Amino acid sequence: MSHSGIWIVAEQRDGKVSRISYELLTRGLELAAKSGAKLSAMIFGNQIEDSGLQQLIDCGADRVVCIEGAGLETFLIEPYAACMIKVIDEYKPEIIIAGATSSGRTLMPYVAIKRNAGLTADCTELDFEVGTGNLLQTRPAIGGNILATIKTPDHRPQMATVRPRSARPALIQPGRSGEIVRLKADAEMLKSRIIRQGFFANEDVVSLADADTVVAVGRGIKKAENLAMIHQLAALLGAAVGATRDVIDRGWMSYPHQIGLSGQTVTPKLYIGIGLSGTIQHLAGMQTAENIIAVNSDPEAQIFKVADFGIAGDLFEIVPLMIARLKRGQGL
Amino acid sequence: MRIGNESDCNFLGEIWMQVVVPIKQVPETKRVKMDEATGTVIREGVESIVNPLDLYSIELALELKRRYGAEVIAVTMGPPKAVEALKEAISMGCDSAVLISDPVFGGSDTWATSLILAESIKRIGYDIIICGERATDGDTGQVGPGVAAFLNLPVMTYVSKVEEVEEVEGVEGVEEVEEVEGVEGVEEVICKVERMVEDGYELLSCSLPLVLTVVKEVSDPGLPTLRGKQRAKAAVIPCWDHEFLGIEPSDVGLQGSPTRVVKISKPKVTRQCQLCFAGDEQMADDAVNKLFKHLTRKELL
Repeated sequence: MSHSGIWIVAEQRDGKVSRISYELLTRGLELAAKSGAKLSAMIFGNQIEDSGLQQLIDCGADRVVCIEGAGLETFLIEPYAACMIKVIDEYKPEIIIAGATSSGRTLMPYVAIKRNAGLTADCTELDFEVGTGNLLQTRPAIGGNILATIKTPDHRPQMATVRPRSARPALIQPGRSGEIVRLKADAEMLKSRIIRQGFFANEDVVSLADADTVVAVGRGIKKAENLAMIHQLAALLGAAVGATRDVIDRGWMSYPHQIGLSGQTVTPKLYIGIGLSGTIQHLAGMQTAENIIAVNSDPEAQIFKVADFGIAGDLFEIVPLMIARLKRGQGL
Repeated sequence: MRIGNESDCNFLGEIWMQVVVPIKQVPETKRVKMDEATGTVIREGVESIVNPLDLYSIELALELKRRYGAEVIAVTMGPPKAVEALKEAISMGCDSAVLISDPVFGGSDTWATSLILAESIKRIGYDIIICGERATDGDTGQVGPGVAAFLNLPVMTYVSKVEEVEEVEGVEGVEEVEEVEGVEGVEEVICKVERMVEDGYELLSCSLPLVLTVVKEVSDPGLPTLRGKQRAKAAVIPCWDHEFLGIEPSDVGLQGSPTRVVKISKPKVTRQCQLCFAGDEQMADDAVNKLFKHLTRKELL
């Protein structure tokens, strides 16, 4: 087969390379070690900082192909797809991995159709089958009840997305060198029927998707006024605040905070669930967290079945103790 | 002739659109059985429901119908019993429905499913195609953008609000068409939406036709009405197969799918919860102490 090489789809915001790019390099490096293939990164934007592109090399990429143009500053499906298709047609990658971000989850399925490629979403494990060159893609399905391993035997490239924060970012390896290719997108590639007219940012200091620590709260909090202590706890931990559907539907918190089947999926290093029972819908959005802590009055609550550490007790007693403890630790 | 429900009285009738809503019937239970040999879901003997996330797309379509006037058509691909999902869509207020069913479609992955749906939607006709963010069984979220790619349409994903659909005249970049009597210049219809991304909301606009995939925030699904249920009962739903759609069997089903499930396994339960009981003040203190020891040991603080 004429396709070769492992590629990641790096992302940028305001010209700075995003964290997900380095997480993807970690995945790519594992596959490259096993296959002996070259690891490349593609990235699309406008006026992307040189230092960021160099850092992709320093962290493991052998080559970075950067396509730039006015209109590529933020994600728009048509120009981004045109850029990715250009990379595919020119370099014929064997494997392409992207983040399961709002842009990755739009771009990858669109381009997979355009290039007759197989695509697997939200992989938790990626492995390389030596000999066939097949990517073994393992993903949870049916609400995490099963793990399916998927392969794409006859189509290239093989494409997969992985959830943000499901791998640690690759670290700088001293003395690395690689090739940086800067290309300009032509007018045809920049055509977009969708126009971005504005943006308003969430007011949260830490967004759920980017948080290392998430404090999630359920109906056990009883009323909106009681959320103050959850926010205080989160602030002390440097955590983002999430909630169950119950809390969102009661209007106590806005929808971007919802974790679960009809909300966000989070994979933080530490998840602390407070006053929530752990419905199957909520578990679907958080059970891949690295460490799970739960506080709930009912010792039989489902959340304890997926937790590493649990306290069966009154959250109105436990949370203030946690806050006091953290304040003490910080010398407050 | 309009076949709508009561809510139609708000209908302004300024814009008329054909809105297609692809939906999916998914297993209700949490205990889903898999066919170990093919790696596909066994659907027989399991109660089925409309994918919960599709209720938001159905409701948005109905809202557009109320606001601007539209014909709303639900479409699903699945076994013959998937017609139940379409009946439910009609009982919620959809005008009509199409079932896409053929044994050769069985085992289709998202690539093949997108192809089949795109071919079907082409025959139905469309101005806006509205998809749920993903289905709760397959959980990929790939079919919405996939359909857009096959139809060569722009797609706006994670849409949390449709601000406005409006007609605009004399669009920039479009050559003026010579005025024909009774026709006023070049017109296009623009759809303005909010799209939820990691750190906020984007405001996007795009001219029709287009594909939207929506999140929960976009609408508040209503329950089926009695009149809707009666309409659903009486509705005749056509069933289209590969011959009708002009699809080669080799392009769909397991054969036409680029991806193959090669192994199904149960996730390992690796977590052993260390559970502390905090029945009184002293116990609560101890429990929190243990929690902080745990966090320190795991280097989480």
